[in-house]
Order: sequence, then C-alpha cells, then structure tokens
Amino acid sequence: MTASVALRRSGRQGLSNPRGRRGRVESLTGWAFVTPATVIIGLFGAAPIIWSLVLSFTNDNGLTSGSAFIGVRNYKALAHDPVVSQAIEHTVVYTALFVPGTMLVGLFLAVAMNRKIRFMWFYRTAAYATMAISTISEALVFIWLFDPSFGIVNYIFSLLHIPQQAFLNSPGEALYVIVVMTIWGWSGFAVVIYLAALQGIPQDLVEAAAIDGAGRWETFRRITLPLLSPASLFLAVWLTINALQLFDEVYLSTRGGPLGATTVLVYYLFEQAFQTNFNFGYASAIAYLLFIVILVVTAIQFRVGRRFTYYRS
Amino acid sequence: MTVVPEAREMSTAGAVSGVRARTTMVRPRRRLPFSPWHLVLIPATIVLLFPFVWLIVTSIETPAEALRFPPDLTPHVIRLQNYPDALAAAPFGRFFLNSAVVAVTTVICNLVLCAAAGYAFARFRFLGRTALFIVMMATLMVPFQVTMIPQFIITKWLGVHLLAGAGIGHIGALIVPNAATAFGVFFLRQFFRTLPIEYEEAALVDGANRLAVLWRVVLPLSAPALATLAALTFLDSWNNFLWPLIAINSTAASTLPLGLATFQGAHSTEWTLLMAGNVMSLAPMMVVFLIAQRYFVRSVAATGLTGI
Repeated sequence: MTASVALRRSGRQGLSNPRGRRGRVESLTGWAFVTPATVIIGLFGAAPIIWSLVLSFTNDNGLTSGSAFIGVRNYKALAHDPVVSQAIEHTVVYTALFVPGTMLVGLFLAVAMNRKIRFMWFYRTAAYATMAISTISEALVFIWLFDPSFGIVNYIFSLLHIPQQAFLNSPGEALYVIVVMTIWGWSGFAVVIYLAALQGIPQDLVEAAAIDGAGRWETFRRITLPLLSPASLFLAVWLTINALQLFDEVYLSTRGGPLGATTVLVYYLFEQAFQTNFNFGYASAIAYLLFIVILVVTAIQFRVGRRFTYYRS
Repeated sequence: MTVVPEAREMSTAGAVSGVRARTTMVRPRRRLPFSPWHLVLIPATIVLLFPFVWLIVTSIETPAEALRFPPDLTPHVIRLQNYPDALAAAPFGRFFLNSAVVAVTTVICNLVLCAAAGYAFARFRFLGRTALFIVMMATLMVPFQVTMIPQFIITKWLGVHLLAGAGIGHIGALIVPNAATAFGVFFLRQFFRTLPIEYEEAALVDGANRLAVLWRVVLPLSAPALATLAALTFLDSWNNFLWPLIAINSTAASTLPLGLATFQGAHSTEWTLLMAGNVMSLAPMMVVFLIAQRYFVRSVAATGLTGI
C-alpha cells in the first residue's frame, strides 16, 4: 500500500518535499531513469548552446589550437559584413514567399480533399507522397525540371509563348525557383495539418450556418477559417522556423549563387564554418544572429497570431 | 445563392430533417455525373505527381533523348541500363545500408532513452526534476545551427579519445548525438501523464519494480505514442543532410542524401544517371511510406495538434 501512496503523490499531486528515506530512493530511481537521455541531450543539446555563445566571442578557427577572446568584435564585423545583410535579405524574402505560399496551397488542397468522393485516397496519397521525399532528392528533381536548356518547364513556357528563362542560373530568378521547389516539398505536410484540423470541425456548426442562410463562401470565411486558426498559427510558426533555416536546397542547387543571389543565413554560416575556412568564432556569431532572428519572429507571430486565433475549448 | 431560401424554410422544420432535405434538394441542380471537385483535384494531383513522373521517365531514357529539346514526353527506348550504370558510379546499396542502420538505431535508442526519461518526468519525484525538465525544454527552442559547431568539436573529441566508432567520419557520429531528443522526452512524458495511474499502482502493490512497471504495464499501453515517435524520428534521421555533410567525409560512410549530393557533384550533367540514382535513393522510403502511410500521416498530424 505504501508504494501506491508514494506513486500517487509523485504522479499527480504536484511536488512535495523529496526528503526522507523513501524520497531518497525515489530520487535515485528517478535519476537512474533520466541519466542516459540527460547525458545525450546535455552533451549535444544543452552544453553547445553556451559553448557556441562563448565561441562567438573568440577568433577560434577550428584548426590551430589557440584561440583568443576578442570581445564583441565578431558581432561588430557582422554588422558591417555586406554578405550578412544580403543573406538576411534573401532569408526574409524567401520566408515571406514560402510560408504564405505553402499555407495557401495546403489550405486549398486540404479543403478540396476534405470530402468523401471517389479516388480520394489517390489524391491524398499524391499529396502525402511529397513528405516522403528528402530535400536532396526534391532539389535534384527540380534542378532537372528547371534546367535552362533541356528542362521541361522551359518547354512548357515555349508552348505558352513565354520567353525562355535561365531559372537557377539567373541571379534574379534562382531564389524564386527555390521557393517553388520547397513549397512543393512541404505541401504534403501542410495538407496533413489542415486536413486533421478540418476533420476536427464539428459538422453541426457548419450545418447550423447553412441553415441560418449562410452561403458556402460565407460559411468558409466565418466558420471554417476561424476554427482552423490554431492550425494556421502552428503552420505559420513551424514553417517560418524551417524557412529561416533553409540550407539543403540551396546547397544542392546553387551553392549560394549565382553571384550570391541565394546565399541565405545558414548557407553563409556553413560556408564560414566548414567550407572555405573554419571560422568557428565568426560562424558562431552568425548562428546566434539566426537564433535571435528566429526568437523575435516567433514571438511576434505568437503575439499577433493570438489575436486572430480562436480556441474552442 | 439559391440554397438560401430553401435553407430558411427548413430551419423552421428542425435541424435534422432540414439538413437531409437540403442535401436531397441540391442534388438535381448538378449537371455533372461526378463531383465537380474532381475538376480541381485532378490538375492539382498532376502538378503534385509530375516531378515524380518526370524523374522516372528521365531515369529510363537514353542520354541523347534526355538532352533533346523539345523533350520527348514518351521515351522511345526504355533504357534500364541507367540503373546499373548509376550503381557502378556510386555505391547506392552502401548508402542505403548506412541510412537504414543509422535510422533504425536512432529510432531504437530514442524509444528506449526517451521512454525511460519521459516516464521518470511523468511519475517520479526526484531532486532537480523541475530544473532538469526546464533545461531540456529550453534546448527545444534552439535551432540546430547554433549547436552544430560545438557538436562537431565534441564529436571529433569523442572519436579521438573515447569511442572511435562515434567520431567524425563514422556513422556512429550520426547516431550518438541524436540517440535521445528533448522532443521525444517531452512527447512521451505528455502521453504517459494521460494514462490511468491505477494499473501502475496495482503492479507496484503486486511487488513489481519501477522498470518492470514501465516495461510490462506502461509501454504496452503506449503503442500509439511510441509508433508516432518512431515514425517522426525515422523520417528525421532518414532525410537529415546538414549534419552528415559536416560529420561524414567518406563515400563508405555516406547516407543516401549525402551520397546523392556527392554523386550529383560528380555527374552534374548526366541527367539520366542522376535520375536513376535519385529513383534508387527515394524508392525505399517511398515504399515504406506508402505501406505505413496511415502511421506517418497520423504522426505528422500529431505534431500539429499537440504542438501549440
């Protein structure tokens, strides 16, 4: 019986003072259970957060063993580095196009797929399949589709009498091609999130609106869309966090080019840390800049999003 | 909208009959023998599937056909030789094996370590529990790029001084840092807290120890949560690119995404070869995904529903 009491106390009813013999035994058991995961997460997840902050105040270059504290010089250099400001601009433009684009595509497809008609399993599977493809496979296919000389997209353009484009070879277009390929790659994810949310909407609300004389569009705008707002907020935040960390597609398709036109923050960080040189100090400063950007953007999204988000419970 | 007057009449007749009447009255207005939504969904599906189709078409063309403009939409000769050629140019079998070993091991480690930690956080009282949990959750907010450089340094050190198989250049380097995740701990803790505590109490009264309770009572009740965590961890591990790019420097230890990227760098204009390699890289995951589609979809949906 005592075991049962101990378990009940520890489980549901908050924390009481873990002293006394029973408490100490439970403390030991508890630590035995959490230690393996704690070692891994502490070593590879928690400690590096502090470590890279420290690195960002040094001139560590990875190869030579000596590194010295140089104060905020890395951060000062960041502020004057023209590549950084360009990288921020590219990252922001990319995010501003990719996030709403993916959400609209996902919402449109999910609404179309939220009904019981024939072949629906096939339509849904087609959308879900984009989730199973890795970013590298996805980028490789799209480089071929958008190949300036032999790609099918330019062929379709020629049929429509649109002039031939250089796509990934053009500094003015490359980033937009990456937007298109990533929207395609994430559309399955957005569909899954929106479909799950749509299926959670109680039908009686929609029917009540129809009975009250609301048209389809009106019902969608005033009933469905507000009820989807938690899913929309989640997607906006999740997609933004991922968009700000864009790397794989850029690495495979353009390596930040042409003429630096697709150098986004993470790509520049990678270049500084592991490509041409091992500027661990400077790269860590870029990483912290990225971290702050993500924190600020996410905080703003939550703050603004809350106002437009409707929670039923 | 023409529905409006009908619907108004019905609202007086009561909700249930109103709905039924409305649907039956709308039907005669339809002129199409099928749902008009097909007209939206068919073009959308073509756009979604086209990259896959074109990928496969290119992978069985002759190199000359692939470089024809305007392109041949239907290849005249089916050239399966591209596949052996791609295999001769890069060891895709090896990449697949590496990816599979890394993903499966990572999943197993995560299930074991996160279940143990998640259970302790859900049910035990121990000194420092809250503080430890807060620190773990804080790591969830930090993007990988922030921890990447120290992770590289630690992994390098680990390989030189402690465990050669987990050092830079070995596939162990892809497993150990991801063997437990804060997300996994959090996710399972949340799930364990929803389980009725009475079963666990009964087992304890019967003299089982805590580990036996977790193994015999809690985990069998947690199959859906474990499957979700397994699916998400597997997808993450299988598609991971940035960390293998940094941590692996040989073909022999490459995973599929890394091997494919290297392959592309070496054969950037041989499109038939590249697409054959690409098909081989994505086919295994596609097959697994199609078979277990329901699990994957449910798992991904769970991130959205529990996320915020």
